[in-house]
Amino acid sequence: MTNFNLKALAAALLGGTLAVSLPVQAATPIVTVDGSSTVYPITEAVAEDFQKLKKNKVQVTVGISGTGGGFKKFCRGDIDISDASRPILKKEMELCAQNGVKYIELPVAFDALTVVIHPKNTWAEKMTVAELKKIWEPAAQGKITKWNQVNPAWPDAPLKLFGAGADSGTFDYFTEAIVGKSKSSRGDFTASEDDNVLVQGVSRDINALGFFGYAYYVANTNKLKASAIIEKDGKPAVLPSVETVMNGSYQPLARPIFIYVSNKSLDKPEVREFVEFYLKNAPELVKEVKYIPLGAEDYKLALKNVTNRKLGTGFGGTAEVGVLVSDLLAREGKH
Amino acid sequence: MPDNLSASHKAASIRSRIRRLKFNDYVFSLVGLVCMMLGVVTLLALFTDLLLDGMERLNYEFFTSFPSRRAEHAGILSAWVGTMLVMLVTALVAVPMGVAAAIYLEEYAPSNLLTAIIEINVSNLAGVPSIIYGLLALGLFVYQLGLGQSILTAGLTLGLLILPIVIVATRESLRTIPREIREAAYALGATRWQMIYDHVLPYSRGGILTGVIIGMSRAIGETAPIITIGALTFIAFLPPPPFTPEAPYVSFEWLFAPFTVLPIQMFNWVSRPEEAFLINAAATGVVIIVMTLAMNALAIFLRYRIRKNIKW
Repeated sequence: MTNFNLKALAAALLGGTLAVSLPVQAATPIVTVDGSSTVYPITEAVAEDFQKLKKNKVQVTVGISGTGGGFKKFCRGDIDISDASRPILKKEMELCAQNGVKYIELPVAFDALTVVIHPKNTWAEKMTVAELKKIWEPAAQGKITKWNQVNPAWPDAPLKLFGAGADSGTFDYFTEAIVGKSKSSRGDFTASEDDNVLVQGVSRDINALGFFGYAYYVANTNKLKASAIIEKDGKPAVLPSVETVMNGSYQPLARPIFIYVSNKSLDKPEVREFVEFYLKNAPELVKEVKYIPLGAEDYKLALKNVTNRKLGTGFGGTAEVGVLVSDLLAREGKH
Repeated sequence: MPDNLSASHKAASIRSRIRRLKFNDYVFSLVGLVCMMLGVVTLLALFTDLLLDGMERLNYEFFTSFPSRRAEHAGILSAWVGTMLVMLVTALVAVPMGVAAAIYLEEYAPSNLLTAIIEINVSNLAGVPSIIYGLLALGLFVYQLGLGQSILTAGLTLGLLILPIVIVATRESLRTIPREIREAAYALGATRWQMIYDHVLPYSRGGILTGVIIGMSRAIGETAPIITIGALTFIAFLPPPPFTPEAPYVSFEWLFAPFTVLPIQMFNWVSRPEEAFLINAAATGVVIIVMTLAMNALAIFLRYRIRKNIKW
């Protein structure tokens, strides 16, 4: 043991000095991606197939730091690509500008935020956006606690709410689309960053109502029921599905999700190839991981934006509901 | 016969007293048993549950495959290799530093205020939440020293985390060496270092080893500090090998490689929508528990072997 200790100490010291004094050089080119957990399954699938195609001559790493955490690293220039479930915000744009990081914004898929209820709930199979607003707006806190307070036709039963945690892009988008202002919501609901917790919660309580990404609903259709959304009076009730999202009728809860590619990284052949592979194979892979692909034209447009190096964001630092992807890709980029 | 009567009375009262005390004894042993079983049964139940859930995925392929979007083909190769390498660095950091610190504190340090402050700090460090170590490492190793989100950073972080455990265990172990041994060594003209190196350390290595392994089994399950320093989730390649075919034959590049570890892989699978990934998560849980139990078993075995070989 004592001998071993000394040897270990010597090895550690030697190893430390050697490793530090040697310049670190990556033998294999590496593409680094980090960011949203919502976009993660898509990027993971692309990375998996890309590495197989390249016979591991190129390495891809994907982390989950959340959209905000991803942008922080991205705007510092630490990573090549940032996964984002919402457009880049003002503050993040400024940070990127400060560090001279220019980027290309690429929508890669749709996610449909799904309002879910217990399978035995028969009254809330259709809900209007106005009703949802009545439930979720900040003024409802402590006041709207029963279903019949929202709609007199609904039962006199307690309303149990489940939703995404306040740090997630999902929460931002839902509040923007339903309440009209990002991050503006009642606070007295069960919030979790782990959507499986929400799935469990709603599936165990007939009076529950929750919302989360489409993939979690699709994986649990035996335990949950989706509520059809009526955007405005006079419009039909629409259930979330690949068709209704792709034809634009599932509104306002369908949202595009993005990757942001650093312009500087795009000079590296491996990053460029990876992004092209991403956009070319997205239609297949997106469906496989239970997200909803953009239209074929949109992917072509996105590829063109990569070739032309169309920099900046089409949003300008704020979230927007109901934006058309083709519009977005054609917009003048803001920095 | 009043005397006799009182004597038998006395005897009866003593007997009942003894009975009562014995009953207390019995009650306590029962309570103790229940308390112990609570821990053991919980662990067993958890383990069995994980094992039943993850059984179907525990095959050769699971250990030799990289993560994948298809749950049935996903494996933990990059995760277990990552865990092993991080543990190796952790041990290389914590053992020499911890043992040296303990020897200094126990054998060399003068008993003054400074030593007292150091001792209090060491015991306090053992109770600091692991996320704090993660934040420290993020600031110090990742940004200040520029070591990046690498195996080296993770190993250094976990090494610091278990350092207090190693120090405390080593000191306890050093303290059990009888005074006579030290004095005998001195009497034969040994210097202090000769006495420590040739006598005290060999006799106390069982205890030191136990401390190291308890520390390591804590480190193996740590997720928070590793996530804080930015370990990745999807990695489908292994770090560069430590040995190269050309001179200088050894390479330390792996120390700077990106990595993932078992708890992070498990956490990611738990939060996936498809239920098939839960099976993977359970299987990963089994692997972590088995690794921890194996390390503990090794500690017990080595301690037993070493104790048996000590001849004073």
